[in-house]
Amino acid sequence: MEFSQGLISAAYIIAALLFIFSLSGLSKQQSAQTGNWYGIAGMAIALMATIADPRVDNVWIIFVTMVIGAVIGLRLAKQVEMTQMPELVAILHSFVGLAAVLVGFNSYFEMDHSPMANITASQQMATNIHLVEVFLGVFIGAVTFTGSIVAFGKLRGIINSAALMLPHRHKMNLISGLASIALMILFVQQGGSNGPLYLMTFIALAFGWHLVASIGGADMPVVVSMLNSYSGWAAAAAGFMLNNDLLIVTGALVGSSGAILSYIMCKAMNRSFISVIAGGFGTDVVIDSDTDYGDHVEINAEAVADMLNGAKSVIITPGYGMAVAQAQYPVYKLTQALKEKGLDVRFAIHPVAGRLPGHMNVLLAEAKVPYDIVLGMEEINEDFSDTDVVLVIGANDTVNPAAAEDPTSPIAGMPVLEVWHAKNVVVFKRSMNTGYAGVQNPLFFKENTQMLFGDAKDSVEAIFKAL
Amino acid sequence: MIIGIPKETLSGENRVASAPTAVAALLKLGFAVQIQKGCGTKASFTDQEFIDAGASAVTKKNVWQSDIIFKVNPPSLDEVALMKDKAHLVSFIAPAQNDEILAALKDKGITTLAMEMVPRMTRSQSMDALSSMANIAGYRAVIEATHHFGRFLTGQITAAGKMPPAKVMIIGAGVAGLAAIGTASSLGAIVRAFDTRPEVKEQIESMGAEFLELDYEEPEDTGSGDGYAKEMSKAFIDAEMALFAEQAKDVDIIITTAMIPGKPAPKLITAEMVESMKTGSIVVDLAAAGGGNCELTQAGKVVNANGVKIIGYTDLVSRLPNQASQLYANNLVSLAKLLCKAKDGTFTIDFDDVVIRNMTVVKDNEITFPPPPIQVSAAPAKPKVEPVKKLDAKAEAPMNQRKKHMLMAAGALLFAWVASVAPADFLSHFTVFVLACVIGYNVVWNVSHSLHTPLMSVTNAISGIIVVGAILQIGNSDPVIQVLAAIAILIGTINIVGGFFVTNRMLKMFRK
Repeated sequence: MEFSQGLISAAYIIAALLFIFSLSGLSKQQSAQTGNWYGIAGMAIALMATIADPRVDNVWIIFVTMVIGAVIGLRLAKQVEMTQMPELVAILHSFVGLAAVLVGFNSYFEMDHSPMANITASQQMATNIHLVEVFLGVFIGAVTFTGSIVAFGKLRGIINSAALMLPHRHKMNLISGLASIALMILFVQQGGSNGPLYLMTFIALAFGWHLVASIGGADMPVVVSMLNSYSGWAAAAAGFMLNNDLLIVTGALVGSSGAILSYIMCKAMNRSFISVIAGGFGTDVVIDSDTDYGDHVEINAEAVADMLNGAKSVIITPGYGMAVAQAQYPVYKLTQALKEKGLDVRFAIHPVAGRLPGHMNVLLAEAKVPYDIVLGMEEINEDFSDTDVVLVIGANDTVNPAAAEDPTSPIAGMPVLEVWHAKNVVVFKRSMNTGYAGVQNPLFFKENTQMLFGDAKDSVEAIFKAL
Repeated sequence: MIIGIPKETLSGENRVASAPTAVAALLKLGFAVQIQKGCGTKASFTDQEFIDAGASAVTKKNVWQSDIIFKVNPPSLDEVALMKDKAHLVSFIAPAQNDEILAALKDKGITTLAMEMVPRMTRSQSMDALSSMANIAGYRAVIEATHHFGRFLTGQITAAGKMPPAKVMIIGAGVAGLAAIGTASSLGAIVRAFDTRPEVKEQIESMGAEFLELDYEEPEDTGSGDGYAKEMSKAFIDAEMALFAEQAKDVDIIITTAMIPGKPAPKLITAEMVESMKTGSIVVDLAAAGGGNCELTQAGKVVNANGVKIIGYTDLVSRLPNQASQLYANNLVSLAKLLCKAKDGTFTIDFDDVVIRNMTVVKDNEITFPPPPIQVSAAPAKPKVEPVKKLDAKAEAPMNQRKKHMLMAAGALLFAWVASVAPADFLSHFTVFVLACVIGYNVVWNVSHSLHTPLMSVTNAISGIIVVGAILQIGNSDPVIQVLAAIAILIGTINIVGGFFVTNRMLKMFRK
């Protein structure tokens, strides 16, 4: 079956519209599932139309590779733990990056390289534009590819999550950027030659690696959404190369979506986008271990259970520690038990809690916590003063009073959950180590704070038993 | 020096210029205090309380012979005659209206400080008797209105039927107006308030009232710079009168507090507006002493105009005599502290201090009223602040603006150049690209925070659309291209399937 060009264009327009509906469907919980199905439908239409394109040959290879890819994708998606979502998203980004590089190379190889004696000026211009598109597409794709792999490694724990601090790192970034521009000019002037393209690909791969390696683990939510954005731009660049509007539209949608997410994340951490990209959070920090914060008070699970029995309102603030300990299920069991006792139990989520935007929401949703008791920072921050007990489960930097009280603190000015206004705060923690930002947390030493040491999952279960 | 507290002689005046606790504070500053016998009776202070605090009770003649006289109301000419030469007087004087008294004080060389001349500055708030008295008047105005109003202020639903809440309009949100707003809303009424100064909107809303806005905007700023309102233009007055006429039909109680220092009170509520009010409604005119804000107001009286009562009491403050005296006495103690920094029991009139300079109306046989103008009000003090601001703005804003515009122009020029040489094909793709960016921007801003992870995995799946490119390339005869395209299709498909499936899994978990 072969479609005419008009029919294919129509299919592409419908697919693009479905993608837009898909994104707008995600604005609300109620319509989110429908939105996802719109996306799937759009993708199916687009792929079928493309395969039916008369220019397409070797359909059997397409089917074989697609079936293999689909099986791998399904297995990945089925097996992934919700706590590993950030890693999955990061590695998937790297696939888009790699695909963009391959498509870019192919597009370059497909060009007619035989020198033409007399081409018109406009033909020359078209060739030049095409070369620029190829060059940019490969560049963005390569940066996305290695950057995502490093992000994946950091999230997995394969690569040290601390920021890589090479000397002259800013200069290195600048030089690789300038070198790429110079190579692009050379590439276009020579009417497309292999040397500059390969060299640039190598530089871009190294640049992507270094870019993400020099960003600390605490900034991973920003990095992941930034790479999301890059993968979109890579797709858009491929669209320009291939004169394919569907790719352009989709790439632009994804690109702007990722850019906005990065911006939201940066705002939540009170940091400028540039400073995150330039890297080094958690390392420029002078850790003043000399400061005497006083002593922290320890508490055991039974005492926490007593405290909860006497309380009327409880707020739970989860952080990455809850994800690590897989404590979301016991936390929800505890929540249900407390609700049956007539307590008002709510969850307070900091925008950058976890390693991915909205990470905590996904974990709590996995444990079937109803989303109407899960509140954002702005919604709940004023309620802490009327709260009897706050359970801080594996959160550290997002509840650090130093951000609000100590202007010299490296996280000063970052909006935080003001848990310390509550009557009692219980902090679940494995040890007195600092969080990702490497900053000591004065919260642990406040008079109304008690520390419950141990694995968060075990601690929560112990409290549940003692209730 | 001895401070004397005479009995107030103005009819209907229940206040006294001191209180036992204030006497004790004055003694600490090194002064001696003597009171006229029975001066505090109407304010529920007995002579014995004053004596216990350390004052001595003396006759009228003796008290007027004190070195310093503290009073509430301006002294009469007879009272001035009783004072000794070169004495000090602290009291409300109304210096703009009382030329004769000023002349008499000047002739006797009595240094006089007028309490209504306390400038509205942060530093002098503790001695601002106008504010402390206005607060009482505002409260009492609501109480008087409720007393004459035959209904509840709050709304109630009872077994015997439903009672709607009363609607109160308050004109002028000075201290009295704000106090009235607070009192009326705490009694449960629906309160609306109007003021010519738009900057008080926040204060009005903070007290629990709705700010009535005018459609008309006054060209210049409406504060006079001294913290009080000033007269408005004709067009503005027409607009506000229309607003009042409309509100009069709706509200049950109107409380007017509009006064402009040194001028007769503006007429804001006309006879027709009163006519249009519901029977049983109330107008309380706090400006009655200055001629009244309502055309029908008679100072000191309650007028019944076809069932609408217009209360024109001028002694509202005096109807809370005990606390009014206490507050006024505290204002005077604060002033004494300023005048007697050495705590040695003597007054020093320092003209370098703007507060003292402003208050002093007679000094050493010389009338020093009116004082040179000073600017105190924070919000309307534009003449002072603006030049600086403008300079800053000129230095910075246009730079940024210009930079931005220049960048935009440069971008447009660059684009124009590309467009002029690029093939039409590229341009149409570029149009699509720009439009898609704008759509993406608008759509994604609406995504709620809790859905950011699903959003990311969906966009991830969607960006797998890049396989379309690879599919188009795989038909090429070059085996290298075929292999590369096949790999691209493979990993792109992983992305598509994995992304959509994991999103679906996540979204199934979200539940209410």
